Amino acid sequence: MTPAGGALPITIRDATKAYGRIFALDNIDLDIRSGEFMTLLGPSGSGKTTLLMVLAGFTRPDYGSIKFGEREIVRTPPHKRDLGMVFQNYALFPHMTVADNVAFPLKLRGVSKPEAEQRVEQALETVQLGGYGERRIDQLSGGQRQRVALARAIVFEPRILLMDEPLSALDKKLREQMQIELRRLHDKLGMTTVYVTHDQREALTMSDRIAVINHGRVMQLGTPNEIYERPANRFVADFIGESTFLPVSVQDGVANFAGQTLKVAQLPGSTDHLLLMLRPERLQLITNGTEIVDDEVNAFRASVREMVYQGDSFLMYTALEDGTEVTVRGMTRRDMVSNLPAIGDAVQLALHSDDTVLVAAGEA
Amino acid sequence: MSDVALPSSGPASAPPSGQTNQRELKRDARRERFVLFSLCSPALLLVLIIMVLPVGWLFWLSFLGEDGNFTLENYQRMVESKSYARIFRNTFEVSLLTTAICILIGYPLAYFLSQLPRRTANLCMITVLLPFWTSLLVRTYAWLVLLQRRGVINEWGMDIGLWDEPIKLVHNLTGTLIGMVHIMLPFLILPVYGSMRAIDRDYLKAAANLGASPTQAFWRVFFPLSLPGLFAGSLIVFVLCLGFFVTPAVLGGGKVIMVSMRIATNIELFFNWGAASALGVVLLVLTLVILGVASRVLKFDQLLGGGHGS
Repeated sequence: MTPAGGALPITIRDATKAYGRIFALDNIDLDIRSGEFMTLLGPSGSGKTTLLMVLAGFTRPDYGSIKFGEREIVRTPPHKRDLGMVFQNYALFPHMTVADNVAFPLKLRGVSKPEAEQRVEQALETVQLGGYGERRIDQLSGGQRQRVALARAIVFEPRILLMDEPLSALDKKLREQMQIELRRLHDKLGMTTVYVTHDQREALTMSDRIAVINHGRVMQLGTPNEIYERPANRFVADFIGESTFLPVSVQDGVANFAGQTLKVAQLPGSTDHLLLMLRPERLQLITNGTEIVDDEVNAFRASVREMVYQGDSFLMYTALEDGTEVTVRGMTRRDMVSNLPAIGDAVQLALHSDDTVLVAAGEA
Repeated sequence: MSDVALPSSGPASAPPSGQTNQRELKRDARRERFVLFSLCSPALLLVLIIMVLPVGWLFWLSFLGEDGNFTLENYQRMVESKSYARIFRNTFEVSLLTTAICILIGYPLAYFLSQLPRRTANLCMITVLLPFWTSLLVRTYAWLVLLQRRGVINEWGMDIGLWDEPIKLVHNLTGTLIGMVHIMLPFLILPVYGSMRAIDRDYLKAAANLGASPTQAFWRVFFPLSLPGLFAGSLIVFVLCLGFFVTPAVLGGGKVIMVSMRIATNIELFFNWGAASALGVVLLVLTLVILGVASRVLKFDQLLGGGHGS
């Protein structure tokens, strides 16, 4: 079921769409590589869905160019774009059986009946729903509907697959299982996939690259690792993972926080308005009062405010000397919780210089 | 009565120690059902007084001859006399034609309305419903004025030279159909529009995405999903037409005789309550049979469920 002629790259140039004075898309340039799993990640109203709708052809941009391979398609109507799409609510036709739903794109393409039947069964088997063809849609569970929608989107071997938050209606366990399955399916079929989600963990789990989108612009484009470890600005850092931000001043190539020199692996290019990003899981709790002297570790004095137990991990809310609240996450392994401080105790928060990341305060 | 969402576990599922308050909770559930039931008792009473009792009385009357004795002659006459068969055929023909014309006019209009933004559609819907606010009789006589030999339409048509002689628009089948379609149209448009509105636009997007041209998407996805509303609307119109009296009586000019008009003649001219009642009973039974068959054949529940797939 690999796409005939191979996957296609997508080239987006200057894509702009304004609703009144709000820019849903603001001059977006984006290159999606052939066969890549690209996730458009952003909060609701960021423009990620608009961008997907522009790719699918349901929304006409004000101006801009969209190319599938070498073909300019910005003025092509949706039914001539030949791309698979999984809708957020699946949009399975309720008056058709599972098999009729999956056969729908084949019928429109004039595929002969025996061949269509065979390909439908094959597509259903790919999504592990072999033998479900005669079921009615309302007899299926949410997860099964999701799979049928997927089968319908891949059965005609499109070279591009779009997915609009396809897992958002599933419960957490099923969602995590489907993330892995979708990713495997992508690797097996090899089409270019554009995936829209607001769930940062989902994006990190599944993507080759992530485009973080806000206010109709691409805030950062990179691999999951780059996005998480080296966020381009405060928005990206804040949206991907939980963080606390501390104001930092830079003088003569040395970063300072509240008079304390920070050991930083790498200073960003621009040194105006920088923030120190503190991720809860990167901080280490030091409970004995000894002074930390280590070239590669920054230490901050804090006092414990509150502790929350979450099963696999715990969250400790602490306050720095200036009152800023900083959260520390620790695993609940026995050796890590054997010596936890009590509320009100003074502690130190240790941060390795490699994890000491400075981000730009603005969005630029 | 609908079930009340209260715990109603039987003794079988309850462990011995779990019988605390069991009887009290059951009593509460019963009381709640009773309260709900009593809410609809005024309506039930009304239905009993103005529907069930009179119909039962008519049913009884239909078996009485003019001398007041039990007889089947009222039904016998219907079977034997050809005029009755003709009247029934006439009634069904007029009703079917009216329904068909209503579909041809109403479906495209409902489709148009369903594609408008909701606010605009609501405004347009008011104009569709506007006729409901005028008396049926007034509207029927208005048509008489418009359609008659020297009426507005004939005068106008001849003035601009569309036709030379006044054409016969009323006191015949044409006039009857024009009037009936006008009266019945909202009954078709409302359910059709409702079922069209319930169709998720994503279905059409999905169809387009899968390669369906707008025409293909309409016939393969939109139209089948709008059928429940179309069936419901057609059935309402058809059944209402079967018993329609005022409009065919006024605009038909005696050329179109429906069952309802024969019932009226039987009473007004011949004071024959038995014959009139028998006609009424037959019409009622036929209507019920049609409704029953239609709901069985069309599997209403399933169809109605089809319009709202999640």
